[in-house]
Amino acid sequence: MRYLPLTDTDRRTMLESMGAADIDDLFRDVPAAARLDGPIGDLPAHASEMAVERDLARMARRNKTASDTPFFLGCGAYKHHVPATVDYIIQRGEFLTSYTPYQPEIAQGTLQYLFEFQSQVARLTGMEVANASMYDGSTSCVEAIFMARRVTRRKKAVLSGGLHPHYVSVAKTLTHFTDDELDVMAPKVLSGAPGDDLDDLLARVDDETSCVVVQNPNLFGHIADLSALAERCHEKGALLIAVVTEVVSLGAIKSPGEMGADIVVGEGQSIGGGLNFGGPYLGLFACNQKHVRQMPGRLCGETVDAEGRRGYVLTLSTREQHIRREKATSNICTNSGLMALAFTVHMTLLGEEGLRRLAAVNHNRAVEVADRLAAIDGVTVLNDAFFNEFTVQLEGESRSHLRQMAEAGVLGGVSLGRLYPDDGAIERCAVVAVTETQTDEDIGALIEAYEGVAA
Amino acid sequence: MSGMNRQGRETRGDALAEAPETISGNRALQLNEPLSFEIGSRTRTGVDLPEAELETSRLGGLARTEPMDVPGLSEPETMRHFTRLSRMNYAIDMGLFPLGSCTMKHNPRLNEKAARMKGFADIHPLQPQGTVQGALQLIVELADWLKALTGMPEVAMSPKAGAHGELCGMLAIRAAHEANGDPRKTVLVPESAHGTNPATAAFCGYDVDSIPATAEGRVDLEALKGKLGPHVAGIMITNPNTCGLFERDMIEICKAVHEAGGYVYCDGANFNAIVGKVRPGDLGIDAMHINLHKTFSTPHGGGGPGSGPVVFSSRLAPYAPLPFVRKASDGQYELIEEEQAASGSHGESFGRMVAFHGQMGMFVRALAYIKSHGADGLKQVAEDAVLNANYILRQLEGVLTAPFAGSGPCMHEALFSDAWMKGSGLSTLDVAKAMIDEGYHPMTMYFPLVVDGAMLVEPTETESKADLDQFIHVLRGLAAAVKDGETERFKGAPFYAPLRRLDETQAARKPRLTRMHDEAA
Repeated sequence: MRYLPLTDTDRRTMLESMGAADIDDLFRDVPAAARLDGPIGDLPAHASEMAVERDLARMARRNKTASDTPFFLGCGAYKHHVPATVDYIIQRGEFLTSYTPYQPEIAQGTLQYLFEFQSQVARLTGMEVANASMYDGSTSCVEAIFMARRVTRRKKAVLSGGLHPHYVSVAKTLTHFTDDELDVMAPKVLSGAPGDDLDDLLARVDDETSCVVVQNPNLFGHIADLSALAERCHEKGALLIAVVTEVVSLGAIKSPGEMGADIVVGEGQSIGGGLNFGGPYLGLFACNQKHVRQMPGRLCGETVDAEGRRGYVLTLSTREQHIRREKATSNICTNSGLMALAFTVHMTLLGEEGLRRLAAVNHNRAVEVADRLAAIDGVTVLNDAFFNEFTVQLEGESRSHLRQMAEAGVLGGVSLGRLYPDDGAIERCAVVAVTETQTDEDIGALIEAYEGVAA
Repeated sequence: MSGMNRQGRETRGDALAEAPETISGNRALQLNEPLSFEIGSRTRTGVDLPEAELETSRLGGLARTEPMDVPGLSEPETMRHFTRLSRMNYAIDMGLFPLGSCTMKHNPRLNEKAARMKGFADIHPLQPQGTVQGALQLIVELADWLKALTGMPEVAMSPKAGAHGELCGMLAIRAAHEANGDPRKTVLVPESAHGTNPATAAFCGYDVDSIPATAEGRVDLEALKGKLGPHVAGIMITNPNTCGLFERDMIEICKAVHEAGGYVYCDGANFNAIVGKVRPGDLGIDAMHINLHKTFSTPHGGGGPGSGPVVFSSRLAPYAPLPFVRKASDGQYELIEEEQAASGSHGESFGRMVAFHGQMGMFVRALAYIKSHGADGLKQVAEDAVLNANYILRQLEGVLTAPFAGSGPCMHEALFSDAWMKGSGLSTLDVAKAMIDEGYHPMTMYFPLVVDGAMLVEPTETESKADLDQFIHVLRGLAAAVKDGETERFKGAPFYAPLRRLDETQAARKPRLTRMHDEAA
């Protein structure tokens, strides 16, 4: 077997050296009743590299990919162009096959990029500090709710109806078992700006509220000024948690920090990451310095070595569970290191200038597509303000229309019927995302597809 | 002529001069690298994007005016920046990485190639299911392998890492007790457990009660029985355990816990030792996470992304989280999400743990690895992993202290304590740092907590005998140096790494976690 260096001679020599009769001698502590005497039946035997590659390629071919199709899906996962340099760097063995940097003297490569990553995330979100990443946006979001409880010593979190429904589900699952209380607003899509419930949120914040969680741009693409809500939260001693699932938007719209957010969490997949059918992704987590000791996740910090040279280490690990055991701030043990590297490399290539340009291309094209869709009879665009995705309302149930488009070779958006199965009122809506990746032909195909279903 | 090359120039000096300080601060291939914030600028970019003016009329008056102050670099500068950084890292591609409990094995590049196939890497999680049948098929195939290898009837694929898998398993246990109207209060955790275990139990709202180990390094069955009762929700146990030993009484432990109405959670971090040799389901386990980044070779990536699917017994299967993938009777693959759960037979599921469906990229890698090995190869993986660990244990037990060497063979990792160093003034940490100078990543240190100054060595099956012999030779040499009182080579170590020992106290006292805006670029 190509991955196993020991030869049969090696195995015999080694067994003899320890006085073992055969390999099963080393497994003698396994209860005989449970020991398997041969390979598990019905499972295939080993296969060559060529055979495995062929087998997997066959499965891969059964999927309709975003780059082979006019593609307009968003809602928490976005198709962007990732420069070839990014994928090369993250495949360097020194990054790919290293471990968590617990031995800083031989892990400065990882530690320095984590420090750069934290700095980039903090600046983009308008916060003072960021951690070294979490699993994904949804887990960052629920961790922020728990952090707000630790900071405020209150248990009631208010969740906007504009928050991604998967994020809401994750929060519900995990808070069910802790004694946190969630006040989840229903999505308001068909009256006013889609998903905008700022007025309701303002009214809900009271002296028992630990935090208010708002996504911006929200699931429906609408963007809002969170400043008044932040002020209201602070008057009442609550924290404002802003969720960003499309991080490219930070190149065009005011940062959550600028609007007064106390914690910013998000999904970083858009920068450096592929769609990957939902994972691995990159959880972002940023806050201000005063709350850093309540922050979950790994942190990289600057220090010096024995000769006074600058270096980086994982720090404040006394918050973490491998040290604190049952007193830890969080159950999370790992970060999303390689995805954080991809983000850092892509962000370094972009720089502020590149991100601003990228965001402008995204927004301007989205405006163009929204206007062209709005001109179709039977299609209504619900957003006035948006970044690169927006909600359309059709005359019939959107899900079957989108399936029909998919069969005709156009992936025309995400149907809200799938994300909100209980909410009949919005099953006619879909969310359309536009990035720098669609060609004019793709956009033409999208318009035609919507004309087709609206007719 | 021996010092001359073909051009006739001298290539070897006659005198051995002392190494000078260089002007650049570099040392040949050891290149220093500043932060991108020190070499880049706000106006530089390494991508070609049009200089389009942002249309602001549809931004609700929220156009960003504040600076980001994030520097950019051109493409060649970016390449060099990160390549230089990469060379400050140790990695499994470079040498033995004997971190106990971490299973740092070879990461096959076929896995990387397969995960990058567009049909897996370039599909959106919310595409209509008819357009992603191959992806759903891959998840089902991997799920079937995991179920067969563990002898368990159900698997939750969505957890994103080992600790997340633990959480998944414990939430299912909690949900099962709640469904029985008997939530219970306490989870038993052996004192040798990974720190994640008590952290997870506490997160799920349980009190943690610790079970002592016997002198031979296994769970004390009688002490365990004494702690069981109607208040005990279950046990979190690691098998093979963190002393590197198989829990001989595992079947009795499971029986006793079940009789008391509890469930058995097994930390599957050490599954590499037993894959293909014994199925956890046959031992009586109710839930176990599988670290795809350990046993199934997906890369650790400098700290993630991981993936931690959880297998369940039939008793816990109904409570498994959403979503999951099924092969329907018509041969189509379908994703069961909230929608189906609300209307169908999955109403007892404890809910969703992550957005979307889990670590697809890791699933592809793990399946490529599993198919490459096949059932016969995976059995060989466990056998070679255990053989390599026992070889190290037996070759070093006379030199270092192996507290459980008399407890029988170890499994995939060999545990040593610091007793052999007593009186030398040196510590496990000093030995670890000296190993860095010798070109090795240190072993796991100070874990498990049940022995003093623990050194936990896990070589994995992907090391050759020659590499093991070299490693053994080095550790014997270091042990001799400790006994000879060569204190300096340990206290000052590492000498040859890119940096000397780092001041972790200073880092924690005044945390500097980001580059400040006022630090000039």
